[in-house]
Amino acid sequence: MTRWRGRLLAGLLIVTGIVLPFGFGSASGFMNATIIAVAYAVMALGLNIVVGFAGLLDLGYVAFYALGAYSLGWLGSGFFFKAHIHVLVSAVADTLPGVHLNFILILIGAAIICAAAGALIGLPTLRLRGDYIAIVTLAFGEIIGVVAVNGQSVHVGGGMTLTAGNLGISAVDAPYFPGIGSFGLLDLRPWYWLIFAILLVVLFVNLRLRDSRLGRAWVALREDEVAAVSMGIPLVKTKLLAYSIGAAFGGMSGAFFGTYYTEVNAGQFQFGFSIFILAMVIIGGLGSIWGAVVGGLALGYINNYLIPDVLNGLPARLGLNFQLTEVEFGIFGFLLVIMMVLRPQGLIPERRRRLELTPPDAP
Amino acid sequence: MGLVHHLEPVETTTISPAPPPAPPPAVAARPLAAVRRYAGRWGLIAALAALPVYYGISDLTHGYQAGFVAGHAVIHHDLSKLGFNFAEGLSNGAIWALIAIGYTLVYGIIELINFAHGDVFMIGSFTAVGLWATLGLGLTTGALGLIGGLIVTLVITMIVTGSLNVLIERVAYRPLRSAPKLASLITAVGFSFILQNVGLLWRGGSPQSVNDLIRAQQPVFTIAGVPILRGYILAFAVMIPLVFALTWFINTTRAGRAMRATAQDPEAARLMGINVNATISLTFALGGMLAGAAGLIYALYETNVWYFQGFKAGLIAFTAAVMGGIGNVRGAVLGGLIIGVIQSLADSRLGPEWTEAVVFGYLIAIMVLRPRGLLGEQTREAG
Repeated sequence: MTRWRGRLLAGLLIVTGIVLPFGFGSASGFMNATIIAVAYAVMALGLNIVVGFAGLLDLGYVAFYALGAYSLGWLGSGFFFKAHIHVLVSAVADTLPGVHLNFILILIGAAIICAAAGALIGLPTLRLRGDYIAIVTLAFGEIIGVVAVNGQSVHVGGGMTLTAGNLGISAVDAPYFPGIGSFGLLDLRPWYWLIFAILLVVLFVNLRLRDSRLGRAWVALREDEVAAVSMGIPLVKTKLLAYSIGAAFGGMSGAFFGTYYTEVNAGQFQFGFSIFILAMVIIGGLGSIWGAVVGGLALGYINNYLIPDVLNGLPARLGLNFQLTEVEFGIFGFLLVIMMVLRPQGLIPERRRRLELTPPDAP
Repeated sequence: MGLVHHLEPVETTTISPAPPPAPPPAVAARPLAAVRRYAGRWGLIAALAALPVYYGISDLTHGYQAGFVAGHAVIHHDLSKLGFNFAEGLSNGAIWALIAIGYTLVYGIIELINFAHGDVFMIGSFTAVGLWATLGLGLTTGALGLIGGLIVTLVITMIVTGSLNVLIERVAYRPLRSAPKLASLITAVGFSFILQNVGLLWRGGSPQSVNDLIRAQQPVFTIAGVPILRGYILAFAVMIPLVFALTWFINTTRAGRAMRATAQDPEAARLMGINVNATISLTFALGGMLAGAAGLIYALYETNVWYFQGFKAGLIAFTAAVMGGIGNVRGAVLGGLIIGVIQSLADSRLGPEWTEAVVFGYLIAIMVLRPRGLLGEQTREAG
């Protein structure tokens, strides 16, 4: 009975998601905000595995956004101009120098690169707990940011550099599918369906992982590491898998952002972004899959629609001399504090955490 | 609920400056652990010494460019450039040390990384700069007026940042004391962003230069070819008395004893009649006051202030606190000075754009080699 209701609801959501773009202009600001919000939701789902399921506070998630976006820059543009590699790309890109792979291949490449980086970042934190993990991951995120900015002076041979720093790798390929053609920025609907499809895949993987042996191992480690290890859970493998899988999703979303923004610029990869994604997971409810989706969509809309388009003039109307977009991170910080103090379990709490965070004597 | 209610009964960190030697935990059972302990300590020391030794040898053998005379590069083969790096690094380190003490005190007592601490330091800088404008201190103020004005500024700034830190604890951390620790770390990050945006609205988004009141870059005397600037002397003249006052306070006063007791076991301290909440507030006040003093020195020394300065300073100071052994005041000072030297070496040899990466690389190296730091003891968090 409830199972059928769940499936019906899921089907309904998917159909609504697919037909949603027909209600809005094909290049409207709302459509743009929706695409970004869905891509944020994918990232939030990735971070939720690390922070929510496994309980490893990761403050350097921006590293995977950066690596994902750079995977796209490296594998889907003329940036490595000495190379001539073309796999299943549009006729135009086929003639250009550089590495040009099909977007699906880049997506897989980004996931692999980020999974490897995630495991690498996880390694020094294995012996540590709590706050220390947060600081090590933060340090990694910052190092990747510094390398991205200064990558112009890191030469990889043949006059080519590692990144283009704050100039950005521009003219990246738009996604191309044989039979459909290249995506253009005048019609945003294909972009929406692409990221929606990615979201569905990531969501499905998340749901299956949660109920798997691995998912239960993560929760067990989160709840009590000593007990979990003595029950035979392999600590190293389980933790590293959490970092890797979480990172892979962030990388996929990052690759999408790279092609959607048509540029990979080192200035995008700031510490604030890590906190922004973390805020999505927290506001949705740590460890809750649907919470991460709702949190990602909510903050995505607040950040890209509500604050810049709707409320931006509010302080000026109140006689204050600033724009709301200037203080958006302050607003997210405020949301984090309020959320933690008033409703630490999030909007859609995971059942186990709700029980944990409700004082036993409360009704 | 007690803070350490669910913890294993291991030796917790202490904020007393005289840590007893850590008991060897089950060396016989795990011989590798003992090896790792010594390898970790010496590995960390080797990693720390690597940069100065490498650049010292390189200066002596290959020399360094000291300037141009008639179009030709002048190459020197001595250690005075390294000495200059050290002098600058140590005085920068004095600022980081003051901030690091704030991290270490708070961590020692409630095992929380007060993420907003760096931004309290930034607010300290802004308050100081605002105050000396209010007091009318300028480039033309006489020496006596300047010293008097700066002392007034220092006191008011310390009161402001101390109160701010207490307020943050009251609003953001105390309600979550019994919640999982992740919760208060997240509110700490949230508060850091709030303070940054307060700073952004206060003084705009780009670094602002302020009056060079004490002519910080003016040399006072020279030791072995290394000019000692006024800014260096200021940093130590403020840092050393404050650190001595703090250790005196923690070691001898009744309130200091309450702090140490709470750090060891809040539950037992409460049973002994210590007002734990007041003691925690006092700890935050002390940490905030030192951050305010650091903010004043920073503004006088660097002669510019920026809303984002606190973020970077906070991370550097946190690295310093971890390096020295978190929970240990002497360790925080030592770590601050070391990080200052590393930073100054990286600034001058690799270029300032890489400094952040070097400092964070060291942070990760500490975490791998010796998570409890140079002087720290074993804690549950940093096993």
